Amino acid sequence: MTHIPLTPHKKIDIEKLLEDLQSYRPRRKGWTWRQVPPEGVDMGPFHYRNMSQPLRNSIGLPASKYFDSIDPQPSCVVTTEIASGHFEDDIRRMRMAAWHGADHIMVIRTMGQSHIDGLLEGTPEGIGGVPITRKQIRATRKALDDIEDEVGRPINFHSYVSGVAGPEVAVLFAEEGINGAHQDPQYNVLYRNVNMLRSFVDAAEAKRVMAWAGIFQIDGAHNANATAKAGWLVMPELMVQHGINCAFSVAVGMKKDLIGLSTVPPDAPPAPKLWFDLPYAVALRDFFSEFKMRAQQNTRYIEADIEEAIRTHTIDTLISMLTSADIQSTITPDEGRNVPWHYNNIRGIQTVKQTWAALDGIKELLSLNFNGPLGEMVRDIKERAVAFLEEVIETGGYFAAVEKGFFVDSGKYPERNGDGIARDSKGGIGANTIVARDPDYYAPVCSHFGENHIPAGLEKPCDPIGGCTLCDPSKIAYIDELDAEDNCERRLERTRPYRDGTAIRPEAEWAGDGVILTQFFVPLPPDMAPVYGVEMAKRLGLQDPEVVNVMVLHPAEGCFVEVKGKVNFDIDPRTLQVPVKEEMLPEEEIRAAIKQVGLRVVAGTVGEDEHSVGLREILDIKHGGIEKYGVKYHYLGTSVPIGKLVDAAIETGAHAILISTIISHNDVHRAQMRKLNELCQEKGIRENIILIAGGTQVSREMAQETGLDATFGRGTKGIDVVNAIVKILKARGLV
Amino acid sequence: MTEDRIARFEQRRQELRKMSDEELKARFWELCNQVVEPIVDLARTHTSPSIERSILLRMGIDSVTAHGVVERVYEAGLLGKGAGHVVLKVAQKTGKDVRAAAAAILENKDLLQGLF
Repeated sequence: MTHIPLTPHKKIDIEKLLEDLQSYRPRRKGWTWRQVPPEGVDMGPFHYRNMSQPLRNSIGLPASKYFDSIDPQPSCVVTTEIASGHFEDDIRRMRMAAWHGADHIMVIRTMGQSHIDGLLEGTPEGIGGVPITRKQIRATRKALDDIEDEVGRPINFHSYVSGVAGPEVAVLFAEEGINGAHQDPQYNVLYRNVNMLRSFVDAAEAKRVMAWAGIFQIDGAHNANATAKAGWLVMPELMVQHGINCAFSVAVGMKKDLIGLSTVPPDAPPAPKLWFDLPYAVALRDFFSEFKMRAQQNTRYIEADIEEAIRTHTIDTLISMLTSADIQSTITPDEGRNVPWHYNNIRGIQTVKQTWAALDGIKELLSLNFNGPLGEMVRDIKERAVAFLEEVIETGGYFAAVEKGFFVDSGKYPERNGDGIARDSKGGIGANTIVARDPDYYAPVCSHFGENHIPAGLEKPCDPIGGCTLCDPSKIAYIDELDAEDNCERRLERTRPYRDGTAIRPEAEWAGDGVILTQFFVPLPPDMAPVYGVEMAKRLGLQDPEVVNVMVLHPAEGCFVEVKGKVNFDIDPRTLQVPVKEEMLPEEEIRAAIKQVGLRVVAGTVGEDEHSVGLREILDIKHGGIEKYGVKYHYLGTSVPIGKLVDAAIETGAHAILISTIISHNDVHRAQMRKLNELCQEKGIRENIILIAGGTQVSREMAQETGLDATFGRGTKGIDVVNAIVKILKARGLV
Repeated sequence: MTEDRIARFEQRRQELRKMSDEELKARFWELCNQVVEPIVDLARTHTSPSIERSILLRMGIDSVTAHGVVERVYEAGLLGKGAGHVVLKVAQKTGKDVRAAAAAILENKDLLQGLF
């Protein structure tokens, strides 16, 4: 079967991806960093100091069109978390995210997977995440192979090695070419109530297997400030958690440069964020200088307001840039109110891309002042962290400290509020399941941690079985599906019309989910506003309406309300009338025609309107305007009365009048356009003159209703205008 | 108790204050390594059902079979020998390959008798 690469104007074929998965092998193993030229990167009009190689295919920030459409890519790897419960829908989102600059795709597991004693197989539907299985990994990795070829940069695929099946998941990930994974035995103990002995014994094996496959490890310490009641006070403890996982990982065979600290700036405004987050970030990078930093964004204080989340995440990214980040994670700004939607992944990536571009090379311009409170605060955190460790040892070690509730206490060490998470070393999930290895214990496989009594005379422990799956991947046992109903093929049958171009609904997460968001101001107090929101959405015909955000603008005057709901009808896209694209004349023909008639135009912004930028761009040679094609223009400025333009046209013998109209309240733009046509008729020049209008609220369809020859909206260039003029000249037989 | 801890912290802190930044960092890592050392030893000398299942996976046995086999081995009190070791012994004894041996253990747990 020949492999067809992705092309930008064609949707990814999900059904095709699922073919022949039993023989799919990943093209590489291990983690990939971005290529960052030490001399910087030149793009468009600018030199960047801290950027990686640009992409082959990408979509820049909205303003990039003003800067030669450049799309500078930060030097750090950029993460986005994608897991809707249907991996087959997530693949499309991964492609969109890659086009916006994500090269680290993190897949959250379905609820409860960490408590499942073994591997899951097949592709059942997930809740709040995806069931991580061999089939799901293969299909996704296969898609990512195509997507990374399309954008021109390797994509790291990431999930989680935790819970009570850690070693098996690690083997699965190693076999299938997963590039990064969370692994932190403390996470299991504190947040998943897995027995602590089991968690650490399992972790050693899992980490050894991950090390073999070059899988980048991220720890779980950041959960402490997402869980503790006062997240900004647990900083000494966070240092200790990072330290324990790093020391344990190195001891069982991981390389330091493949160990990442998951670190979150613990605060959000209105807290004076920098005074807490910056010293912590510095202290961490000092102590952990040999390890990598995975900078996360704050989730602890993010609720329903998307813009608030984005603003906090911008400051989080600033802290990364003032210190360092090898990986910058992004948080979808809607995470506080629902499972993330497609476009909010993109927004999260844009926050990082925009901040990184704006602050490129910031350390060459600014430096941190350690001779003041910053230096003192950094030292203070470090001393508290060391004292914390001393107390752990004095108490009888790590397990004893966990039993006494040392961790996730919201007091600032050494203070304790007694709200820490205490666990019993004899309790929890998987208690009493570890077994001492006998003197003749033997595991006939590679990358096994700990005592292994390999029979004498063997080169490799797996020789007696003729090689393990790590040595010979053809031995991997592939299971396709275990459930005939709950699988992706069945789901794809249901969503086929929404993917094959015969039916369309809006989509937040899943093909055909129909979910939309309405946003509005309503002049009602906060207790009534959401009730109104639901009623309004019902009358609009939305199903399952739900208020997701209410922002009080004033207790009596009203609220900003956001309501989500489902559109319950399909539209067949084949019935949609898409305006035919204007066919452009060859540039030589345009230039020749302009020369032949000696084309002259008069132009101005009409009405009480002081906007001049749009029209100047249409006119000036500097912006690729009509002057570039040999047109002589007479520009009358802003707020020009229509009469003055018509008089000037008669006086100068102009072939055309170009008006710009931007302010559009009460349909002023339409009135101005009609008036231009009428006045030219009154003066008897209508037959001999070409009338053109443009503006942000103008569309191509308005020419007919206003009696003009051509009208233009947003994004119009000089070439569009001269093309229209020459076509009209041709139609009138003048060229 | 709490006051004792705070007082103890202040004592520790007086000692830590005397250290340079480099010494403090070295102390941090010395303590981290000291904390994990006994845990690493525990891991070196113990195994678990998940570790043993991960070994069977690496032997080319599918996850569903691996789950059942480890359960049998655990019940038979043989996990300390290594589940992979057990499957290998059964394979050698019955002349089957390891996948077939694993399947045979699921069908007949008596196969686990008298292996060691």
